[in-house]
Formats: sequence, C-alpha cells, structure tokens
Amino acid sequence: MRPFRNLRVFAGLAAVAAVTSTGIQAQTVVEREPAAFQSTYTRLDAPITAITGVNAFDGKGGAMTNVTVVFGGGEIMAIGPSVAVPNGARVIDGSGKWLTPGIIDVHSHLGVYPSPATPSHSDGNEVGEPVTADAWAEHSNWPQDPGFIRAAAGGITALQLLPGSANLVGGRAVTLKNVPGRIAQDMKFPGAPHGVKLACGENPKRVYGSKFGEFFSRPHTRMGNVAGYRQAFADAQAYGRAWDKYTRDAEAGEDVLPPKRDLKMDTMLGIMNGDILVHTHCYRADDMGSFMDVADEFGFKVSAFHHASESYKIGDLLAEHGACSAMWADWYGFKMEAYDGIRENIPFVHKSGACAIVHSDDDIGIQRLNQEAAKALADGNRAGLDISKAEAWIWLSLNPAKSLGIDDQTGTLEVGKDADVVLWSGDPFSVYTNAELTFVDGAVIWDRANPDRAVMDFELGQPGEGDLK
Amino acid sequence: MKTFLKSVALAGLVSGAAAADKIAITGGTAFTMNGDERIENATILVDGGKIEAVRSGGSVPAGYRVIDASGKWVTPGLMASGTQLGLVEVSLSGGIVDASATAKAKDPVTIDVTWAINPDSTLIPITRIEGITRAATGMQSTGDVWLGQGAVIHLGDGYDLTVRDRAFIGLNMTGSSADANGGSRAVIWRDVITALEKAEPQPAMADDDKDEKAKEKKPDPVKDTLARLFSGEATLVVAAHRAADIRNVIKLKSRFDINIALMGGAEAWREAAALAGAGIPVILNALDNLPGSFETLGATQANAARLHAAGVTIALVGRGTHNARLMPQYAGNAVANGLPWSAAMAAMTTGPAEIFGIADSYGTLAEGMDADIVVWSGDPIELDTAAEHVMIVGEEIDLVSRQTKLRDRYKELSRSPAFR
Repeated sequence: MRPFRNLRVFAGLAAVAAVTSTGIQAQTVVEREPAAFQSTYTRLDAPITAITGVNAFDGKGGAMTNVTVVFGGGEIMAIGPSVAVPNGARVIDGSGKWLTPGIIDVHSHLGVYPSPATPSHSDGNEVGEPVTADAWAEHSNWPQDPGFIRAAAGGITALQLLPGSANLVGGRAVTLKNVPGRIAQDMKFPGAPHGVKLACGENPKRVYGSKFGEFFSRPHTRMGNVAGYRQAFADAQAYGRAWDKYTRDAEAGEDVLPPKRDLKMDTMLGIMNGDILVHTHCYRADDMGSFMDVADEFGFKVSAFHHASESYKIGDLLAEHGACSAMWADWYGFKMEAYDGIRENIPFVHKSGACAIVHSDDDIGIQRLNQEAAKALADGNRAGLDISKAEAWIWLSLNPAKSLGIDDQTGTLEVGKDADVVLWSGDPFSVYTNAELTFVDGAVIWDRANPDRAVMDFELGQPGEGDLK
Repeated sequence: MKTFLKSVALAGLVSGAAAADKIAITGGTAFTMNGDERIENATILVDGGKIEAVRSGGSVPAGYRVIDASGKWVTPGLMASGTQLGLVEVSLSGGIVDASATAKAKDPVTIDVTWAINPDSTLIPITRIEGITRAATGMQSTGDVWLGQGAVIHLGDGYDLTVRDRAFIGLNMTGSSADANGGSRAVIWRDVITALEKAEPQPAMADDDKDEKAKEKKPDPVKDTLARLFSGEATLVVAAHRAADIRNVIKLKSRFDINIALMGGAEAWREAAALAGAGIPVILNALDNLPGSFETLGATQANAARLHAAGVTIALVGRGTHNARLMPQYAGNAVANGLPWSAAMAAMTTGPAEIFGIADSYGTLAEGMDADIVVWSGDPIELDTAAEHVMIVGEEIDLVSRQTKLRDRYKELSRSPAFR
C-alpha cells in the first residue's frame, strides 16, 4: 500500500515555463490544480508562559508528575521536572492540575451546521447528486458559530469540519485551529492536508433511494453505493491520464490545450495521489470491508472510518490496512447499522493494534471528548484490558492528529510542537473536572475564570450574553 | 446442537426469572436519599419486593441471601425522566417506532402508551445494567401539541412493566411545535387553554337541570383525559424552553391549578424564583448550552444548579432513549457546574419520584419502599463507576444485555469464525 505523500501544496507550486532540450521556449504548462483558499491564520499574541508543578499526559502514552512546561512563540519550549522559568514569563501554578495536549476532533459539523440550527444555516449536505466531490466544507464554515467557543471550553484545539453523509462523496473536509476568525480561511490549520468525506451504508441509499423530489435516483442499495465510488474513481483515472498526457505534450513543446478542469475529478484524483486524506462514514464491519477493497483497487489508503460502530469485529483487518476508527464511546441503535454498537468498541480496537480515535459528530459531544475517552477506558478495563489513562489520551490527540496529517505539528506534549495544550482543574478522566485554560499556539482561547469570556457575534445583545455556558 | 442447547438455556433464563426472595445487602455505604443521610456499614433487608429495614450494622436474620457491598456505594435505583423506553427499538429506518404517531392519530391526547410498551426491547436490559431501574416513558411526537398519556415503568423482568399508567400527559409548547400546529405560539396557547377550559370541572348545577343534562351527555374521551389533570391523577408535562413561554406555563398553572412539570426549560434558570413559587418542577438536560434556536439563547450548564439553588425540584434526563443510561454522566456535568452532589442524586431519584407521583413507593432506601437498589463500584456519578448489583422491585437482574453478548463474542477475533 502506498504511503501518504502528505503534500502540503498539491501538484506543484505554480505554473512553470518549461524549456525543452532544444532550448526553444515552450508554451506555459497549465497546472491542473493551483493552490486556492490558502490559510490566513495568524497566531494570536501571547506571552511566554510557564505552567509549574503540573501533572501531564504527553499524548503519546506517557504520564509525568510535577513538571514545568514552558511555551512561547507558538511552540512548546521545555518540559521537565527542573525547567527554569524564563524571566518575564507568565507563570501559572499548575499544582494539583493536569496538562494535556489539546483535544482534536476529527468529526465535527460546527460551522457547517452551526447554532442556531435554522434552515438558513443548514450548509452541511450538498444533496442533489450522490458524488459532490467538488464541494468543500470550508466554504460552508461560519466562523461565528458559538459552538467553537463551547468546544474550546472542552479543550478542543483543532478540529476537522466535514460535509454530511447524505452523499457517497460529500466533498472536501477542512482542518481548523479552534481560533477566532473573521473569514473561514483565518481558522485553517496552516499546512494541513485536505481531507475528503465519503459515506457507506444507509445514509446515501436512504437519501437517494427514497422519493427525492419528483424522481428516484441512484443509489438505492449498498451495491449501488460501492458502484458509485468505483465509477467516480474510474472516471478520475481517465481524467488523470488526460492531464498527464497534456502535461507531457505541453512540456515537449507541443501546441496543446489543457483538458477542462473538473472540480469533482480533482478531488477524486487527489485521493488516489495520496494528497487528500480519506475519511469515510461507515458503521458496519462488512461495509468497511468493502470500502477497504475499493481503496486497494484504486490504490489509496483510508485515513479513518468514522462512527465505525462495528470496528471491534474487524480490529485486525483495520490494523492491517492502517485505517483509524473514529468512534463514540456509547452511541448505538439510532439506525440498523448502529444497532451492534458496544461500549468496548474503542478499547477493543486499540487492543487489536489498530488506531482508535474518540470523535464527536455532535456540538454537545465535542465539549467533553475527555469524558467519552474516560467511559471507554473504564469499560475496556472492566472487560479485562489493561489500558492506562496516559495511553488512552492517544485517542484524543495523537491518533486524530495522525489521521489528519498534522501529527508533526500537534497532538503531543513535545518540545518544538505547537503549544496546543489544555490545563484541567483535576484529572481529565473525571466527570467533575473542567478545562480551566485552553491554549492554541500558546495563546489562551478559553479561560474559565475570566468573566469577560469570548462571545460570538450572534450572541451579542441576546439573553445569556457572556454567561458561563 | 450447540446452538440448540444455547437457545434452551436462553429460554430458561427468560422465563425463569428468579422469584423475589429474601436478600440482605451488607457492608456498603448507603445513600438513602432521605435528605443527605449516609449510612456506613449499611445492612439493607429486602423481602417480598420491598425494603424491610435499612440500618447500620446489625446481624442478618436466617434465610437471607447476602450481597456483600463492602467498599461499595449503595443507592436507590435511578429513574430516567423523558424517555421512550419500550416504545422504540431502532429510531431510523428500522421499522415502526411506537413513540411517534402520525398525523392520522385521532385525539392524540387520549393515546395511552401502555398499549405499545414492549418489555422485550433490548434497550431495557441495556439501560438497567447501568443502574437505571425506572423510567417515565411517553410519546415523542403525535403530529399535535398533545403527546398523549405516558407511564412510569420499572425496567425489571416480566410482561407488565407498568408502575403507574397514564401518569402524565405530554404537551409540546416549543417553537417547533407551534410551527407545526398552526404556525404561531399564539395559536397553540389559545388551543390548549380552550381545551383545558372545556375539561375544567364546572360548578354543580341545580338538581332539576342535572337530569336533563345527563341525558344529553355524550362520551368525550378528550375531556375525560384532561379531567385527570384536574383530579390530580395525572401531571401535565409541558415542553418549553424560552423564558417567555415558561412564563406562560406559570400562568397556566395559576389559571387551572393543576400539577405541571416543565420539560426542557433551557431558559428555566431565568424564571427560577417564579417556578419555585409556583411549585413547578423542571425536567432538564444538564448539557444543553447552545443557542440551537432563538428559544434557547440563554441555555447554560448552570441551569440545574441555579434552579436547585432557587428551590425548584429538578429531574434529569440522559441522551434521548437509547442513551438514557448516560444520565449519571449528565448529572456529573451539572455538579461540575455548581449543582451539589446530593441534589444531583435527588434529581435521579426523589425528584422524578415526586414529579411522576410514585414517591410513596420509590425514590429512597426506607422501610416499605419498593426494593430498587443498586450496588455501585464507587460514586454513581463518576465516569469509571459501574453498577455491580441491580435489584428491581426486589429481584436482582442479570447484568447481561445484547451488547454484553456482542462484547463477549468479539473479545477475541477469529479470521474464520464458525457459526456460533
């Protein structure tokens, strides 16, 4: 299986003028997909900060007691039992408290299905045809969703916004830093690869198989779902070959017109090239099995199956493929494909050697993913596993960061990594614990003690403005 | 053959529910829910489905099966308010959901959910093994503001789970209900007040008129159902969120003098004193803190704490029906936002008992009460705590559900599993 290439900018940097071996200036070669909608994220101002005497989970399986953590310039500068506090640093007494890497939610619809959930705000499912690979979730993101601040209060420092699951290919996902933004690009995680949302099972076949307007359209069945993905990839193969030929010919100095750009095919091709990370909504073990075969057929890897209620039945196969499972601790039964959900899904997947992630898919759940991990951990250990809290934190930060291709920047407490961290009032696996301070790149985005806490535009001048939510 | 034997064993399990026997729970720390009472080294005696005695220490009489609860916490079984337990198996595209009637349903207020409750629902074991022994269950939607008559059930074994039928009448006065039932709150409030006025007991008439009127009387099931509110037999559970709507609920209480509980009440904290004054309890979701619509702008996780501080009786819910079992986690979040621990426990025991009219038989560990008792590995509200023994009306249930069977089946994976 081809590894991710994890390219930061797809398909080259800019259109280049090719020079042929004869020295004749050739025509400009048109690039298929020039970079667009670049991140305009700007780190918030923050002093150098030292949190002293704190306990910590490092996010990669380790725990530390009574350490000092220093960060500044957006990065973690030092961690250890005898770290000197730089002069002029903001010092926070962390004694009796816990510090962790910020929680990363790989499955959120904040911004695309924001609060208030009025029909006018319903921007998550581009229903109408089953393959809408040309739609990008970031173009639906409303940065004023009050849910972003609530998520910060739950320790969320980064998140992936996804299109909904009505379509076989819902469109591109976007990874955000959980920071304020005037425009959606202000929130984009710099350098994060694109993701894409696909969906297995009931949703696409229900949306299209039931009467839709005045007509029925495909898919109606699971076999129709699989046929839908395969044809879309096959179309993209032909599209890619046409562009390859054009590029070869143009570089050889031939007078050729570039093929017409097809935004859907750009996404499908990006998946096969390994540039766009695949996030597939899939509940049943057999649906995941079929989808992994589609991935093998077209030469890509599944970054994560989302919801994945039956991952516990195929943990070994998921480990072999290298696919993560992004799961709830205990949701089940709301439809047939979720009927076999069990409370031990997350720890059983972890035990199989596969990558387990705790996700929300919910504007309430995203506020307490640490509690979801705590429940899953307790249930797993009660079923005979032996997983530590430190190990379980991997489900909340490092594994999600890996599945989003941002683990070289965030997801663990390590020197040089982004200072995306949370200071908890106590053990973050206790229901009684609150996030006191949440930092993104070393800047405070949530301060529970501050009465002048952030208020989104929508909540200004409304009942409850500025209340502790 | 193996499969056959297993089904025989299973059948035995289902039909052969242990008869209520004499049980003693000893050595635990009991939180009786009689105020803040906490009894160390508690001995709780159960006989014939009832609690016989609750005391510290003392010997266990002969003939009692002993459950050693040393080092454990013992509480009444919890009660989830606002569920559709027994009325839903799979919510979406999974066949009929009895909790949702269509607009074809006539006179929705007269619907009685006990006709639809399925005691074989897998949700019942899934819920009870987490220490939830009782629930209020009712219709979710009827195509009308009136949601019919809900029941209080226990989650034990047996065919009839009903503890109190027609215990409450559901009424949906939220914005979405107004939108669907006339397009304006002004319409639904008019309709509800008209219906209640019609059902309101009239002053006695002179004797000579009475015979004449009696002859004319036609059966009126709607009126008869609503009359149960005026007789105190049923509680009106009104869903509303916006402060202005909650003020209407308070007016309704003062106009008709019936038992009313507020359901949802995202902005109830803004009217906390008035609700306390009117004696209106609130059934709430402790996690609601988003402005999901213009009627929940003031939603905050401090709702429970603020209502309690004002003297309002509260009851908690979990996440819908499938995860009604998450109620203790929700309670924990309320505690993390200022609700005292004992008040959170009360909101899962005595609070709902009072609201749904079963406080004489359930809610506390006391002599004469139904023996709904849970032995927990620790603090029932904490995330890593489990229910280790669950007793419902005197019978200890097996801690087995469809989910635990799936768990046990897939604990070890096989590349080529045989049929089993």
